[in-house]
Amino acid sequence: MRPLVTALGLIAAWEALVWLTGLPPYILPPPSRVAVVLIQRFDLLVEQAAWTSGEMVLGLALGLALGAALAVVFAASAAWRRWALPLVIVSQAIPVIAIAPLLVLWLGYGMASKVAMAALIIFFPVVSSLYDGLRRTDPGWLELARTMDAPPRAVLLQIRLPAALPAFASGMRIAAAVAPIGAVIGEWVGASAGLGFLMTQSLARGQTPLAFAALTILCLLGLALYTAADRLARRLVPWQPPQGD
Amino acid sequence: MRSAHIVLDGHVVAEDLSLDFPGGRTTCLLGRSGVGKTSLLRHLAGLLPGSRAAGPVAYMAQRDLLLPWLSVLENVLLGYRLRRDGAARRAAEPRARALLTEVGLTDCLHDLPQALSGGMRQRAALARTLCEDRQIVLMDEPFGHLDAVTRLDLQDLAARLLQDRTVVLVTHDPLEALRLGHEIRILSGRPFTVGPVIAPPGGLPRDPGDAALLALQGRLIAELRGQT
Repeated sequence: MRPLVTALGLIAAWEALVWLTGLPPYILPPPSRVAVVLIQRFDLLVEQAAWTSGEMVLGLALGLALGAALAVVFAASAAWRRWALPLVIVSQAIPVIAIAPLLVLWLGYGMASKVAMAALIIFFPVVSSLYDGLRRTDPGWLELARTMDAPPRAVLLQIRLPAALPAFASGMRIAAAVAPIGAVIGEWVGASAGLGFLMTQSLARGQTPLAFAALTILCLLGLALYTAADRLARRLVPWQPPQGD
Repeated sequence: MRSAHIVLDGHVVAEDLSLDFPGGRTTCLLGRSGVGKTSLLRHLAGLLPGSRAAGPVAYMAQRDLLLPWLSVLENVLLGYRLRRDGAARRAAEPRARALLTEVGLTDCLHDLPQALSGGMRQRAALARTLCEDRQIVLMDEPFGHLDAVTRLDLQDLAARLLQDRTVVLVTHDPLEALRLGHEIRILSGRPFTVGPVIAPPGGLPRDPGDAALLALQGRLIAELRGQT
């Protein structure tokens, strides 16, 4: 309840600031104006939001799947670790934002380049969290499995992987938090639809209130995605009591 | 065990060690903390670098090592699960249920380990160890961190269920050794050497209130304290 009061207070302060300074709406629209635009252009906003959330969700799914698969491969194979793991780490030195124009060039203005962008941006946190979890299995469990003559594959799938799920769950939360960044950057660079596209378009035309309305929806989408990922993460590790937040 | 060398992190724990463990009986290795009991047991289990297990063994560590995402019953059947032998697993399930009944966990078959108390978890670990159905059982202070009364209960249970198996149990508790061991041997020194066989009379588990047993406990404690 308290954060809500804080938020309402901030919105009131914003309204007051605009009213006092007399800033024109194309520089800083008051929240009341944004709310009006939100209602008036609701159909347009929903349409664009559907597009952007499609990009976010697909990018998240793709990034999670690829990241998890690679982490498991690294955990299972020393050769892969030696030949490819340093590359994955070094690849983080490339600012993902810098390759966004290339992705648009290669994959076009449609959804694919944004999905790729979101997947790329979440790939690393997913790989590193799951791989870390896979490396840090309780040595006691591994020894127990050894005295039981367990084959390495069974140890990986039945002990190390479930034991790494809490680490994967935190990687998934980070991924859900950054997936919208990937989608929106992709839309800024070159797109024909989506909330990021709508923002750049309306700002270029001096329709700042509409840009703010799109931003509001984007915040809500990000929040919803994070909440969904958090729920899923908790279901993934039912044996872990939820940590307070 | 013949002419074993045990080295841990560059320190020689034991040199040229030869030990006999009589089949079908329980041997308790008694020693103070840090003497190398656990290393010896891990050597027997084939868990140290360069060591090989004496044969198929069941190993019970100090911690229960139950997997938190599996039910108690699935934990007891873990070995079969890991070996991916469906037929053996199905065949072992009635025995797993029977063992869990023996250790008093009939009502918790499908609970996750986190719902269990420390003593119950250790019972489940004991059932898992026995469910492996191996002739040699290695136990590393299995009841070390339980309260005194729970520990006595579990010792009674273990003595009953471990009958006829070749058991090597390491402990720092003289009373535990006296209650559970057909034979007791004291480990001392650095690198450690193994003392002569002490074979107290009477069947297992021995009565903790027995006067002769308590006198022997006094002797064992004096012997353990005499060493540094």
